[in-house]
Amino acid sequence: MFKFLENPKFRGGIHAEEHKAETCDKPIATNLPLPKKLYIPVQQHVGKPAEPIVKVGEHVLKGQLLAYSQGTISAPVHAPSSGVILDVQDFPAPHPSALPIRTIVIETDGQEKWFKYAVPEKPFELDPEEICLRVGGAGVVGLGGAVFPSAVKLNLGRKNQIHTLLINAGECEPYLTCDDLLMQERAVEIVSGIRLMLRGMNAPKAIVGIEDNKSNAFKAMQAASAEFEQIRVVQVPTRYPMGWDRQMLRYLTGNEIPADGRATDIGVVIHNVATAYAVYQAVCLSKPLISRVVTVSGGAVSKPQNVEVPLGTLMSEVLAFCGVENEKLARLIMGGPMMGEVLPHADVPVIKASSGILALSHEDIFEPEVKPCIRCSSCVTACPVGLLPLEMASRIKANKLDAAVDLGLKDCISCGSCSYVCPSNIPLVHYFKFASGELFSRQQREHKAEQTKRLAENRTHRMERIKAEAEEDTRKVMEARAARQAAEAKAQEENA
Amino acid sequence: MNIKPISSPHVSSSRRVNDIMYKVILALLPALGFGIFLFGWSALFLTMVTVLSALFFEAVCLKLKGGAVESYLRDGSAIVTGLLVAMTLPPYAPWWIGVVGSGLAIILGKHVYGGLGQNLFNPAMLARVALLISFPIEMTTWVNVSPFFTGLDILESFKITFSGVEISDAITGATTLGFVKTGFSQAQLLPDLLSDYSGFLAFIGWERGSLGETSTLLILLGGIWLMRQGIIQWFIPVSLLATVTVLSTLFNLIDSTHYLSAWVHLNSGALMLVAFFIATDYVTSPNTPLGQLIFGTGCGVLIFVIRSWGGYPEGTGFAVLLMNSVTPLIDHYIRPRIYGRTRDGKPIEGG
Repeated sequence: MFKFLENPKFRGGIHAEEHKAETCDKPIATNLPLPKKLYIPVQQHVGKPAEPIVKVGEHVLKGQLLAYSQGTISAPVHAPSSGVILDVQDFPAPHPSALPIRTIVIETDGQEKWFKYAVPEKPFELDPEEICLRVGGAGVVGLGGAVFPSAVKLNLGRKNQIHTLLINAGECEPYLTCDDLLMQERAVEIVSGIRLMLRGMNAPKAIVGIEDNKSNAFKAMQAASAEFEQIRVVQVPTRYPMGWDRQMLRYLTGNEIPADGRATDIGVVIHNVATAYAVYQAVCLSKPLISRVVTVSGGAVSKPQNVEVPLGTLMSEVLAFCGVENEKLARLIMGGPMMGEVLPHADVPVIKASSGILALSHEDIFEPEVKPCIRCSSCVTACPVGLLPLEMASRIKANKLDAAVDLGLKDCISCGSCSYVCPSNIPLVHYFKFASGELFSRQQREHKAEQTKRLAENRTHRMERIKAEAEEDTRKVMEARAARQAAEAKAQEENA
Repeated sequence: MNIKPISSPHVSSSRRVNDIMYKVILALLPALGFGIFLFGWSALFLTMVTVLSALFFEAVCLKLKGGAVESYLRDGSAIVTGLLVAMTLPPYAPWWIGVVGSGLAIILGKHVYGGLGQNLFNPAMLARVALLISFPIEMTTWVNVSPFFTGLDILESFKITFSGVEISDAITGATTLGFVKTGFSQAQLLPDLLSDYSGFLAFIGWERGSLGETSTLLILLGGIWLMRQGIIQWFIPVSLLATVTVLSTLFNLIDSTHYLSAWVHLNSGALMLVAFFIATDYVTSPNTPLGQLIFGTGCGVLIFVIRSWGGYPEGTGFAVLLMNSVTPLIDHYIRPRIYGRTRDGKPIEGG
């Protein structure tokens, strides 16, 4: 009942000013000067950080393994260029905190000499397990921003009967065009990557969803996939957050992923389009993931464009290449403007997750004052998940976190649609992130309190035991003494 | 390069509270302008007094509350409230009715709850009902249609509004709903009672009534424009009007001598204004589509019940206030379905 009130294909969402025209017609720049130093964090993925296997002073070749994957969910990192390992040190991470993270520093030698890996002759005839192995070994992770190790997903797909591989080419974030350009210029390679993924998962078909504001990319992808009937390229409406994988899945298949489950639960695996390209490079060319296409844009950038950047390059160098005007710069962001993270400064490395570097000007981020909520429910209409942002925010404001959780706080994907439409400019997402953080620290506190309680109880028991034992000992000694005295007394009596 | 850390998103839409309020004002203007044209200078004076006093009370309340006064005063919400109060008043009502109405709306209807966005009841409807109960004579003296330049001149109109001059019985009469209600009490039946009724004139708004409520046509146009602008959604107006239409048609078919037709209902009293501008008030209506449908339907039922069987000829004010009071309840129980979950919040079955 009441299904008619809900668009079965697409819920909520917004249409933001796209700002894609600045970059979507310019070719990917591949002439970024090789930086003198590269800073490669050992953690650029979801899961355990990689463990360095190189020593300071060692010479490494381009593509050589620097740190190996640890555990089931992890990914290795490789040298983006040849050179000498200068240091393995703590260096600011590309994160709002810019907290230090273990980083391998390479001084490049400009030789760009590749490490020789064996290239498979017939990549499309490799065993599925072999494909997954190669993808994992090349350090490929989800390049849409989630950076989940791709091999893990492929293996998961092979173990759970997958009927569809969904390739997410939504790229719904404003400003970003890196996937768009990749499809325009390297569609054939992407399609090869998709075929390899299908083989790696034993999946019968793939659907590529592209937002309909990328007609050139759509045409290129269609042409490239024309001869492969297992790959279907379709256009989806341009509406943020179409690139939320679960939203696109619902749009294209009508199915939803259960709230407590994964896409594989309904026979689907979702990969980003740039990941497919990385898979192609990893399997067909035996090239590990050592560079990525990054959109450099924003009001403070004079030459906005897409640049192929070796991982580990400092963002300040990429920005300098594209001409950043420091006096205009109001905010620096990694990713898109809807979900991207603020960076305190640009001296942090480009990592696998860096889809965009945005140097936004004051006009871009114009922020009027925050007014009270007028309950216009624009946020309710805009929420793609079906939450009540205004109600959640009011609960959080009153510090009623449990009430906010009851309203679905944990289902929030932080897409920012609510904050975007709010006419009172209430930082709704900020509230939700704050609340999630509070919940986390509360959990930790509770855990700690429990542990303390347990320890205290243990101590009490121990002390009681010790006391009881001591009493027992004393009693025994007393008894022994009494017995002895009695015996002595008796003996005296007898002697007497 | 030292940048303040802040949460995403880093861009926002350009629509602000002020824009919403000013668009609502714009949508009200045709109906209001027509009302002023229809009833002359007095209507203009009353509107001005009401709006200015609304702004005055708003400023005083904001000042007492402390904090920013000007930016809030400029958001247009007090003007909207003032205009809506004025449009529901009889056109020849004395100035103090306007002032008291605005005071009730702004102070009792809005700021005692905590100001913008906090009130439980629609301020304009609260003022209207309070005035109707407190000052029944002033609130039910309906002047005949007397367009600008053919009715009273500016001086006479000024006296009507500001110095309490007795309004001659010759230029007043009853509204359609009031006339019919009185007729029923004298055991008269419907076709006779409506012998002079013109459905067309009622639709245009050429009839006795509140200052800005007579023209169904112009309110409808304003409302549709607001919908197209995305300021209001269709759920409340459509469910409200549909409910009144269905109920009145049903009862009219059963007994056409005691129950007005849907057309008369739709073109009478405050129904249109309420459907598009009052019941759709963001603050006091539910915030989900289903909740809004329930709210609109509830308003429609109550309006029909009060009009048909209640003591008052018009029931829109009471209906809206009653439904306002159950809005928190509706919002508590009616929530959207969350992605990947059933309506009761459990994860959907996989596979």
